[in-house]
Amino acid sequence: MRFLLYETGNAKPSAPPSPELMAEMGKLIEETTRAGILLATGGLGDKSTHVRSSAGKVTITDGPFTETKELTGGFALIEVKSKDEALEWAKRFRKIVGDGESVIQEVFGGDGR
Amino acid sequence: MTADTHSAIDAVWRIESPRLIAGLTRIVRDVGLAEDLAQDALVAALEQWPESGVPDNPGAWLMATAKHRGIDRLRRNERLERKHEELGRELEVQQEMAVADLETATDDDVGDDLLRLMFISCHPVLSPEARVALTLRLLASLTTEEIARAFLVPVSTIAQRIVRAKRTLTEARVPFEVPSGAELDARLGSVLQVIYLVFNEGYSATAGDDWMRAGLCDDALRLGRILAGLAPKEPEVHGLVALMEIQASRTRARVGPTGEIVLLLDQDRARWDPLLIHRGLAALERAEKLGGALGPYALQAAIVACHARARTAAETDWTRIVALYDALAQLVPSPVVELNRAVAHGMAFGPAAGLELVDALISEPSLKGYHLLPSARGDLLAKLGRSDEARTEFERAASLTQNARERHLLLERAAACSR
Repeated sequence: MRFLLYETGNAKPSAPPSPELMAEMGKLIEETTRAGILLATGGLGDKSTHVRSSAGKVTITDGPFTETKELTGGFALIEVKSKDEALEWAKRFRKIVGDGESVIQEVFGGDGR
Repeated sequence: MTADTHSAIDAVWRIESPRLIAGLTRIVRDVGLAEDLAQDALVAALEQWPESGVPDNPGAWLMATAKHRGIDRLRRNERLERKHEELGRELEVQQEMAVADLETATDDDVGDDLLRLMFISCHPVLSPEARVALTLRLLASLTTEEIARAFLVPVSTIAQRIVRAKRTLTEARVPFEVPSGAELDARLGSVLQVIYLVFNEGYSATAGDDWMRAGLCDDALRLGRILAGLAPKEPEVHGLVALMEIQASRTRARVGPTGEIVLLLDQDRARWDPLLIHRGLAALERAEKLGGALGPYALQAAIVACHARARTAAETDWTRIVALYDALAQLVPSPVVELNRAVAHGMAFGPAAGLELVDALISEPSLKGYHLLPSARGDLLAKLGRSDEARTEFERAASLTQNARERHLLLERAAACSR
């Protein structure tokens, strides 16, 4: 089963992540890679653009959008045996990054199941 | 106990147990005992975690608990009368138990232990079936029930197979080490073979509806990716990972809307998984960059990569595929490789060229009863307009295959020859 893990939040942290946090994150990425479950991961830029379609018209608006819950931080696409396993990895991630919220959603289609 | 905690423990177990068993095997030098101790720790977790919650570092908790159980067992055994030599070894183990600590072990140490465990569970002293069962159990954390279901055999058969395998390893005093020198290639070959066996078992079942069997592909991919992290300098490891990633990228396209098999050249390539293709091509590149002539897995990966790179079936670089099959046939000559080589020649240089090579295989004893021989021959005959002969071959192939969906496809092709 594939899951997409990402963070949501209203505000971006004003300070860049500390070297300690970066090192811990690096370790987790290394660990998940070595465990054979990490398919793709990446950090997200702090600017986003919304592309909306309505009645056949497409409108483009550049952020920031402080009123909505934007994706922040980064994402990881993992391949695991169960949702519980995805949850366990998400817990390990949250222990490193501290306060905040992560979202886990199953991804269908890629591997056909 | 709440269902939530129970499933959380399952998940922790799946993540931690291979490292746990590997670390314990290093200490007690016996896979069977190590697994028993790990199971003891799991039982303790199932008793305690629902009350106390899952600890912050569950891996270290399980390791510490398993070691305590190990020391208890040794003390119990000491009270019994026993041989001097065994006692000495056990005292040594007790000391190691006290010193060795998972938390102070570096990632590399843990990785080395995992790699040693892979080499043990794929040891040539075991039968191939035993290697597969033990590897899935110890390194992919599958339960005996899950393995039995995936291989369509009774649970008791798998349970016995695993018990016997552990006993064989103990009796043979198989050392807990990564082989070196000339032995390494052969032993690594055995590990790769086990992983590929698991993958193929799942891949051949993906047309069926049993997700557990198809899940074997994921288990094999995970094992391959783990091995690639543990032995990154081995080109064949990356070759095998590349082969599996690219094969797996086509899982969805291999089955039509009513569950029928869709052959490679007829597949809707938009349904191939681009992420797995990308990962597979990257792994193949790593294998190539490590230098030297490509091994059998990397060559097979290079062949499937030719298909993965072609946007349409017509764009397939058959000349390159022929060259790769020629190299593969030189390296690991076998009638099955020869048959595939013949098919590639047929695609590159016309059906007559392919048929000539296939015909040379007709009297090959090991292909007697192999449905893909008449199936390939039928295909080439049909392309040459020899419909009657083609129909006979497809019908023969249909009578030989064990797979109902494949039989259906072959009978359809036979019927098409009459039109």
